[in-house]
Amino acid sequence: MSKVKRIAHLVLRFLAFGATLSSVIVMATSHERLGFFPFYYDAKYTNTPAFKYFVIANSVVTVYGFFVMLLPPKSLLWRFVVALDLVFAMLLISSESAAVSIAYVGKKGNAYAGWLPICGQVQNYCDHVTGALVAGLAAVIIYVILLMYSIHTVLDPFLLTKHGGCPHS
Amino acid sequence: MASSNAEKATDQLNKSSNALNNVMMPTTKTKTKLLKRDLMVLCLRVLAVLATASATIVMALNKQTKSFVVATIGNNPIKVSITAKFNHTPAFVFFVIANGNACLHNLVMIAMDLFGSKFDYKGLRLALIAILDMMIVALAAAGDGAATFMSELGKNGNSHAQWNKICDKFEPYCNRGAAALASSFAGIILLLIITGMSIIKLLKPNRINDIVP
Repeated sequence: MSKVKRIAHLVLRFLAFGATLSSVIVMATSHERLGFFPFYYDAKYTNTPAFKYFVIANSVVTVYGFFVMLLPPKSLLWRFVVALDLVFAMLLISSESAAVSIAYVGKKGNAYAGWLPICGQVQNYCDHVTGALVAGLAAVIIYVILLMYSIHTVLDPFLLTKHGGCPHS
Repeated sequence: MASSNAEKATDQLNKSSNALNNVMMPTTKTKTKLLKRDLMVLCLRVLAVLATASATIVMALNKQTKSFVVATIGNNPIKVSITAKFNHTPAFVFFVIANGNACLHNLVMIAMDLFGSKFDYKGLRLALIAILDMMIVALAAAGDGAATFMSELGKNGNSHAQWNKICDKFEPYCNRGAAALASSFAGIILLLIITGMSIIKLLKPNRINDIVP
């Protein structure tokens, strides 16, 4: 039973790692070049601070996810991992929300501020960024599920065992 | 002889009952330590209510009207008045809603801490408080992130997309928005500490105040 639990936990963590990694890669490779020689216009993710924050936050969480997967199951550090899971889930959610708000302005514009939508001109770039945001949303959902799962296995909120939770017991 | 035996017996009985009392009663030291933790969570919740409430109210009442001279016909300037309100931007609307939810959640939690010790269901109370706290932290973080980058866009513009900055024309509006953002950042740090302490409470529940099966 505990072996199945351990494998399920590892699968969840690997999915989370994969989601954040894919969102980093897709956002970082979003690039479109318009115009003709010598008047080029580049649409890149570095044009917008929100997308840069998205890439940085997701790469930090990718590295964290990789190291947590390597943690041995019986160590007492799993309680610390619950707290770190909370902090990194919060970071992921804020970066995803920021990127979505800026992408919304890019897609629909903001008539009150005189900001025109740019998705009509750089359609491929817009689609690419949308893909990255979808991967980011999947990462957020998986991290929230992981947070609930960590609290369930490590901290034993329903007080099933007498002396509190032991990790992966 | 019989009386001394009886005395010895009563002495032994007294000693054993004293020993039993010392084991059964919780010592006053652990009692005050745990209550101090509960009091600290309550104080932090009150501060979080104040921070999120001020962020919500300042952003919701954020409005500025300014008139611009568009053209001049002869000697008469033609003026157009433009209003900047918080609900022009979906990110600020989300910010107001998220912070309002955080404020209401903390108010309900304070009420439950003070008055609701009897409501419990198989020890689920502590777990439910921790899970709801985590969800509120996530919501508030999302609202903060969106509003931060939207106001950064308003302050600096984006030359690549030809989006002009608006803060040089609507400076009081931008300043009030910045104050609301700062207050909500303080609120989210407090919310994070509160969530951490709620999770710690799951590890070591206070067996006097919290009902434990």
